[in-house]
Amino acid sequence: MNERKLLLGNETIARGLLENGCRIVTSYPGTPASEILSAAAFFKNRYNLPVHVQWAVNEKIAFEIAYAGAISGLRCAVSMKQVGLNVASDPLMSASYMGTKGGFIVISADDPGPHSSQTEQDSRLMAMLAKIPVLDPDSPSTAKEMTGVAFALSEAFEIPVMIRPTTRICHARQDIEQHAFPESFQEPEFEKNPGRWAATPKFRFQLHRLLEEKLLKIALFEQTAPAMVNETRATKRSSRVIIASGVASAHAMEILQELGLFDSIPMYRVIQPYPLHSAFIDLILSTYEEILILEETTGVIETQFADRRRVKGRMSGHVPGAGELLPEIVENIIRKFTHLESLSVEKPSVPGKRPTLCAGCMHRAAFYAIKRAAPKAIYTGDIGCYTLGLNLNAVDTVLCMGASISQAAGFHHAFKQTKKRSPIIATIGDSTFFHSGVPALLDAVVQQVEFVLVILDNGTTAMTGNQPTPASGFGAFGEPLPHVDIESLVNGCGVAFCRTVNPYELKPTIALLKEAVQFCNGRGPAVVIAKGRCLLDKNPGPAPFTPVEVEITDECDECEYCTTHFECPALISGGEGRTMIDSVLCSGCGVCIEVCPKGAIVEKNTNPG
Amino acid sequence: MDNHEKRQIIISGLGGQGVLFITRLLAEAAVMKGIPVLTSETHGMAQRGGNVVSHLKTGGYHSPLIRPRQGDLLLALDPNTAPLDSVFLKPEAIKAINSPSLHSTDSDRSTFYIDAVGGAQKSGSPKAANLVLLGFAVGVSQNMTPAKRLFCSMDDIRNVIHNRFSSDQKQSAQNIAALEIGAACAK
Repeated sequence: MNERKLLLGNETIARGLLENGCRIVTSYPGTPASEILSAAAFFKNRYNLPVHVQWAVNEKIAFEIAYAGAISGLRCAVSMKQVGLNVASDPLMSASYMGTKGGFIVISADDPGPHSSQTEQDSRLMAMLAKIPVLDPDSPSTAKEMTGVAFALSEAFEIPVMIRPTTRICHARQDIEQHAFPESFQEPEFEKNPGRWAATPKFRFQLHRLLEEKLLKIALFEQTAPAMVNETRATKRSSRVIIASGVASAHAMEILQELGLFDSIPMYRVIQPYPLHSAFIDLILSTYEEILILEETTGVIETQFADRRRVKGRMSGHVPGAGELLPEIVENIIRKFTHLESLSVEKPSVPGKRPTLCAGCMHRAAFYAIKRAAPKAIYTGDIGCYTLGLNLNAVDTVLCMGASISQAAGFHHAFKQTKKRSPIIATIGDSTFFHSGVPALLDAVVQQVEFVLVILDNGTTAMTGNQPTPASGFGAFGEPLPHVDIESLVNGCGVAFCRTVNPYELKPTIALLKEAVQFCNGRGPAVVIAKGRCLLDKNPGPAPFTPVEVEITDECDECEYCTTHFECPALISGGEGRTMIDSVLCSGCGVCIEVCPKGAIVEKNTNPG
Repeated sequence: MDNHEKRQIIISGLGGQGVLFITRLLAEAAVMKGIPVLTSETHGMAQRGGNVVSHLKTGGYHSPLIRPRQGDLLLALDPNTAPLDSVFLKPEAIKAINSPSLHSTDSDRSTFYIDAVGGAQKSGSPKAANLVLLGFAVGVSQNMTPAKRLFCSMDDIRNVIHNRFSSDQKQSAQNIAALEIGAACAK
């Protein structure tokens, strides 16, 4: 027997891809998908596999790189979070028409809840829109098995295949059986065929017709057909049936067992929610009176039942239309469906602790400086750790990746004719700037948008676990790579004012920001690069500051200025007349010394006299 | 399968306190003993100081999440979230809670408090409150009747730490020291 190891869902997906001979894996980091590529990089490095593994600058680029590998006959995969698929939707829609040669897997991780995302969107709907099959794993171990099935399906029909895990699969750990990596790998071969790979609209129509034919056959593909999980004589006679996919199916199975219904209510696990197997639809409609469908986050299986009179699901209102299908919710839906009494759960209202920037984070210093330099500005924000500038009231808008710059432009154009104009300050992280900020900045230069862009350059993609950026100079498994200099890039965009500052030095930062606000008036964008280093970044590099030990003197009257306007988790106002420092959390950045209006936070004098 | 292998455990705290780390140690102890295990973890934005909770189920489950009134054991690094976490526990479940003020005032024979932060400071690794609490919970469980005991012992956790830190003896020793301080408080 192969050894069982404890693996994260995302690690099992990476392991499955590589065990099945995947030759290119690309991604852009995003919760809950990030660890797929990190794990692929780890396995590549550890076992010296001939696989190209890279973080790409964004999801669209990641998709296109992996796709070209696939039309060269190699097994390839691209992974991302669900909103990343929005960015990659342009190549996705087209790739489905043109199809593939080597197996091509698109992994789009959804986040019902949402726990760490802007939306609860269902990537399976994107698969329907693109007209490609999608597989929906219900555990880390099935996610691993599905990589092999997906490659086989993709190659059998020359079509991209989506695997859609959710947070509860990506971030579940399970004991997993490991298999060996292949001894030999495919060689690439690109067969020129412009009628397919560079099809003009006329040929696209042909490709679309072909695609429709493929889908009809995929709805008959035996390996991905729904399977009854509890076939017994009793379940054969039932007039009720439960159909479930994804983690909702894992919840439902366990609940049926615990309610003693496993031997009486038949349940089907759907592996491929789209296209739903046509014979399965016929079987269900001809066999059962009442049909309950459990799936996240929309009624993708449900909608494929043309006759829904006997179907209970999200569209019929029997399953909530928003939010995660937690097992307690699934239990009550099943109880109602089987005429058992519902359970009520009273959750006490305990004030939860909101997320916050780390003690000593450079972003906190930068946001504090921004507020001081332009207290009445409109602050457009972006996606990353620094979204938490919200806590310092230094973020007014968060739309999607890169939008801080284009929204700043929109505010400028909206208000430019009015008398009452506030300064506009946009904040964006280094990785997000590369991802989709650059085109927006080009636009702002050309349109002479009067705003200050603060690039919060902590040298890493922090929120998702410190993945490298194009400026890092190394790749997914630490290999040295060329790097792009942000200041040169900004200058290259045609920005006339671009200066770099260390945000831990508050006074020069505030002064520079004021200068930038002055500059942009009548002249177009000014860029300030606040350059520091993420405290969680374990990659080699210089320390962001020399730590100092701080203490609070008797001057402190607990006015709460520091805890409100600087909001450092290491500063605690407990209503005891004096603010305290949590010495375990404090990282010694010393910025609070300058923040305290009463001068009551000082560097500890370790050498008295 | 032994009855004590089937366990549902909640581990909660704030991002940065090391909830994921002790979840992983417990899960690896299960794998080492050949017990099937499923965990569910919090990643992403909440890891920046927000409420973080792990679910850990051993002994053959399908769903990675614990439903209300099903949990056997709670390890709470932040005493403030214990009431909310307790919704997920059976009435007789064991609660091991990190709290600086209420230690060892055992209110209902199944709730146990420890000053894990103080313990961590004593152990020389101020950030190891998570390991102190883990040692404490395992210790408390060993004092229980077999029906309520955890699926693993202190020796199992020690072995997991030894294996994980085989290339860093110093870290391994520090982690075990914190674990022992917690276990000693359970006696």
